[in-house]
Amino acid sequence: MMRFLAAVGALALAFLAGTGRLALFAGRALAAGLAPPFYPRLIARQFVYIGYYSLPVVGMTALFTGMVLALQSYTASSRFNAESTVATIVVLSITRELGPVIAGLMVAGRVGAAMAAEIGTMRVTEQIDALTTLSTDPLRYLVLPRLLAGLLTLPLLVIIADVIGVFGGYLVAVYKLDFNAVSYLTQTHQYLKTTDVVSGLVKAAVFGFIVALMGCYQGYHSRGGAEGVGQATTYAVVSASILILISDYFLTQAFFT
Amino acid sequence: MTGSSGPQMPKIAVRGLQKSFAVNRVLAGVDFDVAAGESLVIIGGSGTGKSVTIKCILGLLVPDAGSIEIDGVETVGLAGRARARLMHRFGMLFQGSALFDSLAVWENVAFGLIQGRGVPRRRARDIALEKLAAVGLGAEVAALRPAQLSGGMQKRVALARAIAAEPEILFFDEPTTGLDPIMADVINRLIVQCVRGLGVTAVSITHDMVSTRKIADRVAMLHRGRIVWHGPAADIDHSGNPFVDQFVNGREAGPIHMQIRAA
Repeated sequence: MMRFLAAVGALALAFLAGTGRLALFAGRALAAGLAPPFYPRLIARQFVYIGYYSLPVVGMTALFTGMVLALQSYTASSRFNAESTVATIVVLSITRELGPVIAGLMVAGRVGAAMAAEIGTMRVTEQIDALTTLSTDPLRYLVLPRLLAGLLTLPLLVIIADVIGVFGGYLVAVYKLDFNAVSYLTQTHQYLKTTDVVSGLVKAAVFGFIVALMGCYQGYHSRGGAEGVGQATTYAVVSASILILISDYFLTQAFFT
Repeated sequence: MTGSSGPQMPKIAVRGLQKSFAVNRVLAGVDFDVAAGESLVIIGGSGTGKSVTIKCILGLLVPDAGSIEIDGVETVGLAGRARARLMHRFGMLFQGSALFDSLAVWENVAFGLIQGRGVPRRRARDIALEKLAAVGLGAEVAALRPAQLSGGMQKRVALARAIAAEPEILFFDEPTTGLDPIMADVINRLIVQCVRGLGVTAVSITHDMVSTRKIADRVAMLHRGRIVWHGPAADIDHSGNPFVDQFVNGREAGPIHMQIRAA
């Protein structure tokens, strides 16, 4: 029994220590942004990398999510003759929930992994130490631009994903389920409120920050050559995905209850 | 060549340096001085704490105990701007060169000037080309990526980067490891040229005795986290120290027992 309690205690302590380290890491990186030098070119590069290059994968998943959503909500709602709710279900699900979550998860897989691999390789090949010896703060130079880009680009991506997702639902509804195009579009924005979209964008910002933070943190603390970098990459994607889903619940609760 | 017993203050004075990782005690009280303009080579087997020693001096690792004075000023515990100012005086050649692979060769060399010191890019590029020429590389490599160069050329680029901002103290981590004997000799000559030519103080760590003989004014031998011998480079063949004798002659039998398990 004592051994079990000790194990639980050790786990809890490790969790708290890890959380503390992560918070300190994020705090230090953000604090580094308060004083010059600033690196606008690096931030711009990360914007392009996270935002622009993620467009195809996020757009694709949003399109099919919208399409599936229309199909599913139609088959479900037709059981009690409520087919007219399809447009509303699609647009609310996409803007509030699926747009940000799916974009967040896709970006975690695409960008979070790449960040962890890149920064992890820099760590194990001593490039991060080299930055320090060249009078450059690695948190300011490597981490901060990624955090900012994650925070700011994911909402932009999600706006696009929202539009594409709703369009996917429209395609299925009009061309497969024979809805009237005009009334579908009317229903789409009839019940849509500003908070539905805004809450999704706030979620996106949080998710973008989580993805960049986990990618940078795991990469920055990777150890022991190629294996360590591989492990950091895995941890970055897994921890970012889990944190996205957990924070999604609490953000939803904060917005809608 | 100056002795460390002169009246002037040593450039670097390390006292009682200790560092442990978890239960593994890597440095158990390291003491040595390096006089200004002198080239000290720290020798010792793998896992004896050579890298940890210079990383502590550079501030990349924080020692558990001990003091590191540069020009008589304590540097342990420096942070922020004071640490950055100190870093301006250091140059470091990393074992694996540690070039930034997303940047061109000249940008690597000019990195400390552009990012660390705010030198305009055009002027930094001229300095970078000059430093590349100093290590025997022509302007044609300047626009290449590090991955397009051979190991020996990467090492030379890394050396150019280390000297680009004209530091007062240069650190070399295993400068010849992984190079063929001829390229190793080229690197050794360049190091001697840099150290003598620029009048800098140098601290190198290596287990390559050919390199040691070429670049050292003084030699310190590190074993199990302590300096077991410290003397002029000319004395390493008749040091009278069994550790040094075993290491210099590369014998398996002797007081140093190789750790079979990695430290």
